[in-house]
Amino acid sequence: MNKDLRNPLARARGLGSAKEGVSHWMLQRVTALGLIFLTLWFVVTVVSLAHADFDTARATLAKPWNAVLLIALIITMFRHAVLGLQVVIEDYVHTRWLEVASLVVIKFIAVLATLTGVLAVLRVALGS
Amino acid sequence: MAQTGRPLSPHLQVYKWQVQMVSSILHRVTGILNAVGSLIIVWGLASIAAGPEAFGTFTSVAGSPFGTVVMVGWTLNFFYHLCNGIRHLVQDTGAGYAIESFVRSSWLSIVGAIVLTALVWGYVLLGAQA
Repeated sequence: MNKDLRNPLARARGLGSAKEGVSHWMLQRVTALGLIFLTLWFVVTVVSLAHADFDTARATLAKPWNAVLLIALIITMFRHAVLGLQVVIEDYVHTRWLEVASLVVIKFIAVLATLTGVLAVLRVALGS
Repeated sequence: MAQTGRPLSPHLQVYKWQVQMVSSILHRVTGILNAVGSLIIVWGLASIAAGPEAFGTFTSVAGSPFGTVVMVGWTLNFFYHLCNGIRHLVQDTGAGYAIESFVRSSWLSIVGAIVLTALVWGYVLLGAQA
């Protein structure tokens, strides 16, 4: 006799009680992999600019490849940050309304920060 | 807590501190702090887009004594999360779970972060004198 209490269809879909399967887990790791390369490139770039003046910093940021990698970094970084902070909040915030509010607030902040960062890079790269 | 008479799992204070606990806790703490740090990156980028004056404010805050301490701490924080993150990605493949190698890789993350931070700041500070 089948001891699995789940409906066979639910098993086949493999989405579990959170209705999203392993997508959170997987995206956390895929963004982590991307961030290894993006953040190391970013650290090298920033270190090379450590004593640079404004014009040098701006010219470096305006280079197409730097702009592309920076935008990739900003988006990946905040996606990864929200996934991680979400787990911490779910683990430690036990008051339900506070938990939900925190989850929404970190997403709002992450989206605004992402858009601000991307707009800044585009303004410099497109020369306005 | 309800008095159920069931055995409790030991409280954190009862555990002898082990490096595996430290590396796990640090991964979360450094992750949270990196999330804050990511806002500083956006501030820096926005200041370049806004012009020399805003960029000057940013670099003077970042280069102040307090700012420098924050930057060095952030570097250490970042490199720890990077090293230990790579360790976790390796462990996700099923490798390195024997207690011995688990302890060794914990230390590797911590020492690696300190070494990388020293390299970066050694380079930055020596470059300032040159």
